[in-house]
Amino acid sequence: MISSDVLLATLVLAPLIGFFINGLRFRSSDCQTAGIIASGAAIISFITSVVLTLRLVALPKDGRQITAHFFDWMLVGDFSAQVSFLVDPISAIMILVVTGVGSLIHIFSIGYMSHDARPAKYFAYLNLFLFNMLLLVLGDNLLIMFVGWEGVGLCSYLLIGFWFTDKEKAAAGMKAFITNRIGDAGFLLGIFTLFFAFGTVNFAELAARMPEVAEVGWTGPIALACLFLFIGATGKSAQIPLYVWLPDAMAGPTPVSALIHAATMVTAGVYMIVRMSHVFVLAPNVMMLIAVVGALTALLAALIGFTQNDIKKVLAYSTVSQLGFMFLGVGVGAFMPAMFHLMTHAFFKALMFLGSGSVIHAMHEEQDIRKMGGLAKKMPITHGTFLIGWLAIIGIPPFAGFFSKDEILWYTMAGKMGHPLLWLIGALAAIGTAFYMTRLMALVFWGESRVDSKVHPHEAPLNMTIPLIILAVLSLVGGWVGIPHALAQFIPGHPPHLLGDWIKPALVPLDLEAGPVVLELILMLVSVVLASVSAWFAYDSYLKNKARPTEIKERLGKAYDIVANKYYVDEFYFGKIINPLVGLSKGLWAYVDVNFIDKTTYFLADLVQGGGRALRSLHNGNLQQYAMYIVVGLLLALFYVLY
Amino acid sequence: MLLSALIFLPLLYAAVIGALPRTEWIRPTALALSLVHLILGLGIFLQFEKGVAALQLVEKTPWLEQFGVHYFVGIDGISLWLVVMTLALTPLVILGSWTSIENRTKTFHVSLFALLTTMLGSFLAMDAILFYIFFEASLIPMYFMIGIWGGPRRIYATVKFFVYTMLGSLLMLAAIIALMLMTAHQMGGQMSASLLDFYQLQIPFVAGEWLTTQTLLMFAFAIAFAIKVPMFPFHTWLPDAHVEAPTPGSVILAAVMLKMGSYGFMRMAFPLFPDAIEYWAWLFVFISAFGIVYGALVAMVQPDIKKLVAYSSVSHMGYIMLGLFAFNIFGMTGGLYQMLNHGISTGALFLLVGMIYERTHSRQISDYGGLAQAAPWFSIVFLIVTMSSIAVPLTNGFVGEFLILLGAFSASKIYGAIAVTGVILGAAYMLWMVKRVFFGPLSPMLSKYSPEKLDMNWREKVLMAPLVVLIFWMGILPNHFLDWSRESLEHLVNNRYTYELSIHEKDGHDGR
Repeated sequence: MISSDVLLATLVLAPLIGFFINGLRFRSSDCQTAGIIASGAAIISFITSVVLTLRLVALPKDGRQITAHFFDWMLVGDFSAQVSFLVDPISAIMILVVTGVGSLIHIFSIGYMSHDARPAKYFAYLNLFLFNMLLLVLGDNLLIMFVGWEGVGLCSYLLIGFWFTDKEKAAAGMKAFITNRIGDAGFLLGIFTLFFAFGTVNFAELAARMPEVAEVGWTGPIALACLFLFIGATGKSAQIPLYVWLPDAMAGPTPVSALIHAATMVTAGVYMIVRMSHVFVLAPNVMMLIAVVGALTALLAALIGFTQNDIKKVLAYSTVSQLGFMFLGVGVGAFMPAMFHLMTHAFFKALMFLGSGSVIHAMHEEQDIRKMGGLAKKMPITHGTFLIGWLAIIGIPPFAGFFSKDEILWYTMAGKMGHPLLWLIGALAAIGTAFYMTRLMALVFWGESRVDSKVHPHEAPLNMTIPLIILAVLSLVGGWVGIPHALAQFIPGHPPHLLGDWIKPALVPLDLEAGPVVLELILMLVSVVLASVSAWFAYDSYLKNKARPTEIKERLGKAYDIVANKYYVDEFYFGKIINPLVGLSKGLWAYVDVNFIDKTTYFLADLVQGGGRALRSLHNGNLQQYAMYIVVGLLLALFYVLY
Repeated sequence: MLLSALIFLPLLYAAVIGALPRTEWIRPTALALSLVHLILGLGIFLQFEKGVAALQLVEKTPWLEQFGVHYFVGIDGISLWLVVMTLALTPLVILGSWTSIENRTKTFHVSLFALLTTMLGSFLAMDAILFYIFFEASLIPMYFMIGIWGGPRRIYATVKFFVYTMLGSLLMLAAIIALMLMTAHQMGGQMSASLLDFYQLQIPFVAGEWLTTQTLLMFAFAIAFAIKVPMFPFHTWLPDAHVEAPTPGSVILAAVMLKMGSYGFMRMAFPLFPDAIEYWAWLFVFISAFGIVYGALVAMVQPDIKKLVAYSSVSHMGYIMLGLFAFNIFGMTGGLYQMLNHGISTGALFLLVGMIYERTHSRQISDYGGLAQAAPWFSIVFLIVTMSSIAVPLTNGFVGEFLILLGAFSASKIYGAIAVTGVILGAAYMLWMVKRVFFGPLSPMLSKYSPEKLDMNWREKVLMAPLVVLIFWMGILPNHFLDWSRESLEHLVNNRYTYELSIHEKDGHDGR
């Protein structure tokens, strides 16, 4: 039997080796070879993840932990940063999702990038991303997590700007990196605060120290640390106010959007909070803030989704919105449901992004949904799988999204830390989701074709459709691992809540005291009915009464414009923060450096020079003058002595 | 004898270069000699003992006996890496100037070796007068480097550089003399210029008063070093000097000469004047933190790449000083580590800017665009160095910056938080520049050149390879480096008020 250390090393290093192989032959245009190398690395990681998870399953329920210590990274004073990994039920889910969905996306990319000039470079970056993402989820301390955290940001930057000859794409990459850096600065402050309060940044040690702590309020180290870490999460996971980079990030190749900007990297913030659940529960104020930010992000992003005409932008805002749901979940203490939604969302959103990639590929890089329509007939597999993703995201049972989203909403309504108002915002966001996703389906796949006559859409090749089919299956059955007790009692055999049983021992013990089963069933029914009605309304508006959307738009007038322009947040950031800062900097340079400091030194230099010149005239070699100095001097001396 | 050999052999090399009959022999000879010297220098690691805070490899001979001035050199964990970095950069600088220094190559290489002597001397001297001589003498070769091989405004720049630095050093000389007189007074009549004796002095200090001995002496030293670092507001000589200096001059200036300032704080200002430094720390911390943000903001709006890198130095040196002034082990270690990192990343950036300038004769960001497609190798290396400069984890920059921020934060939450904003601004100015220079469509200026001419040649790849390796080595395995300095740093942090340095006797017969 191979030791777990070796397995963990293989898991992490396989993609790194893939990165080096493809990175060194970055000029190669052979997509097949590069893709096979990179996918091979991803699949090796996936297999090791499965083996590790199986080993975890074999362990007793309370001791499900596999750890490996590799080396000391930094040892300074009493600060030590260890390169050591932890596989527990939480990170096991993450490594399975990251490497599993990651492998599928690698394989899909072989087809998608086949016409690109630099596929080897692309696959190298993709593998580098996997490596960093695995560091992020496997690290047993905040510092290793931060290494991965910044590393995935770097890969995101490189991949968003992959087609860097386009200025806008390069700018999108830069925007992503810098926005994320704002979050990262918060993350760093969080690490410092925790280290000074508890002398460690190791997750297990922190969790062990928590029971000693009794603190409430905003200013204690725990609340501050949680606040700082949450700022980090808003950057990486695109929450208000730092979500602005994610829609722009769609400039990258579509499989990248699927992997990084939907399924894995952007969920890192949720994972981090779940990982730190022992700490976060001690900062109830911050938890409330997280829930509010999550709920608002879910709703506001969903609203923007109504107005977008770029297929990827719709999906991007949908991702922001779904991440909002996850934060709403962790905010009300529903850590397990948040992880559940993270997982199902990875399946169905990766599916839909890859589906959109298939569509864009078929449409020759056209992304405007107003120029699509009727693609269902031309692309049956893409349509069929996308349909499953759509059913999953709008929350129709028995598709995956239903179970996870409803569980979050249930705890928001009935949990001890929830609030009916938050539930209402969440429910509105869910209704909105049903509307704009149906609109997307209607405009892309259904109705009559508006496709340009020069474009002949066709179904994608097998290496692209097979990942779609696998993800579609997962989007259906992925939710069955978490069938709520309220429903399970009606199903023969009473399936247990597998995910809950799996993950709860690794979380902070927390009794959310949810309400009666009847209420849960009623809420479930309500949300399914509302979603269906909303979906039907969208269907009717975009396929039957086509004048209606324009009518509504006109009636809304200004309000529509505000939403369509994304609440002018980008404009605000540029107009009120970035441009003034650049102006200030130019001012500093011109006035402080060039005019003030330099001019002052010139003045001082002139003073010295002038003084020297003035004194020089005293000794000009004129004897009479020297004689006069002597006389004056003697007189002065006499004067001094006499008086 | 090793340290003396390291200090003075370069003068012999300079003589050898001077005697070479043919111009085309100069560069290979200089390169070979500098490599030999580096290998000789690595010999330090065979003799230097880890886990010892005391001064090692000491050589001491009387020089001006009536004044207690000795030829006194030694090395400890604080100077070790600075010496090694200086030695390691020299061959790279020679290789980097292979084609860019076109006239008076002989004079250039002679100056370079003379500069090497003075720089190593500054880091190794343990006698204040000896230190002062090396510290001052280093200005002369650099003065010529900028003045002879510099850009169009080289005379202005080099005079500004010289006068600025000289002014600070004069204050320091006065303070050194005062300290020597104090040794005579306090230590039984015999004057001494040894730093080890200086550390023993009781220098009177009254908190809150300007005109106490310790405060005045501290400021005399601190201003000299602050100009050298440079700390805001003494930094304006730096952008001019960097922009006008030839590539090798910029590299040495940034990588080594600025470190003489921060090293001076660690070696002299901190242990000699602990009370005054502590009392006035708020001032230095303030201007360090201000410098971080100020340097970053001004760097952001520079139209000239080299000037941008120069202002980024102001910001990075602000980090280093902030770390040192945290007075804890994290900040001190991070500060020292960042001195090396800054040497590597900024040195590399100047080399890279020099390479591209040599080809296009432009440093204006607006002339560039799309360089990544024309020069992929150049771009990859530039991006890696950028990552080091903006402290992405697994590069050396992260280790230094993280420790500095940790130290600053533990000393003061406010300054820690201000310094953290530098993390954002650093990414902003570097990546904005990278975007404008490397991405987008190929600029009209660049499309005039064929890609083969624009990208790195084999010489430049060889030159950059060690720097790239170091960036990751120092980022992933920092303990390989920190282990050698740990004792000295802890000794300095823990005994700042009663600092003294003993001489390490190896096997009972150390060369004295």
